[in-house]
Amino acid sequence: MKAVESGPPNGSGAAAVLAAGIGAFALAVLAIAVGKIAWLTQVMVFYKPTGPLSGVTTSAILIWLAAWMILNARWRGRNVAAARVSAAAFVLLGVSLLLTFPPFADLF
Amino acid sequence: MEISERGLWTLIHGMGFGALFLLTCSGAILELWWGYGKDSAPAAAKQESFFRVYLGTMAALAWLTVFTGAYVIYPWYRAAPPPETAQLTGFPQYLLQSSPGTSAWHSLGMEWKEHVAWLAPISMTMAFAVFLQYGRSLRGHPQLRNAVLGFVLVSFVSAGIAGFFGAMIDKTAPVQGGAIFRLAEGQSR
Repeated sequence: MKAVESGPPNGSGAAAVLAAGIGAFALAVLAIAVGKIAWLTQVMVFYKPTGPLSGVTTSAILIWLAAWMILNARWRGRNVAAARVSAAAFVLLGVSLLLTFPPFADLF
Repeated sequence: MEISERGLWTLIHGMGFGALFLLTCSGAILELWWGYGKDSAPAAAKQESFFRVYLGTMAALAWLTVFTGAYVIYPWYRAAPPPETAQLTGFPQYLLQSSPGTSAWHSLGMEWKEHVAWLAPISMTMAFAVFLQYGRSLRGHPQLRNAVLGFVLVSFVSAGIAGFFGAMIDKTAPVQGGAIFRLAEGQSR
């Protein structure tokens, strides 16, 4: 067995992982919501030529970055339950992948 | 041999940024799998620095792909034709929706592509940020390394889905128009 460097605590890394899952989930939920709620469709037009896609993606990016900043501020310099955090992030990512698929999105 | 301005942008977006991103995915997946497992030999400093640049370049390519797609090409794709226009070749979304044989390229293909593609830059930026901070010490954090590997795999899948539908949609209803660039002069027979 080779020596393994433990390096810095896993908190910052776990924050980045979970925030990415949250960002992906936010994107999928917003994409579905825009297709179902008329007023939200109008609100999400940040750039007219691109339509509501501009608002959906910009909002999801902002939610992702905000989640990353908040989680990083809370977990930086600490060790957290990385296995559980990763599992939660993968569930969010997997659900997002499914929800972006139109036949699944149409179920809502 | 000539190409339209819009055609050139689809090339830059798909064959340039997008295809290059897909090509680099296999390298990142292999390096994370073989080089940063618990039992892997520690990476040399030079190798580690190279991989940092590699992942950073992948993240940049993923962002360039989605931004050129959403803000340069998509407006041309979704542009509405003037009322009573019969000729829909300059309006790809409407051209696809005009026939039952092609409408699913929009309702399924484009609707999926335009959203799923964004999972790639989010995932790759996370992978880059985690590697930037942990580098070779990722070997000591197997759960983090597995998470990064998993997200890179998902970014590959999402970019693959987007790339496939992008290519197929552009074959069926190409985004064309704008200035014409003449690349070479041919001879007529």
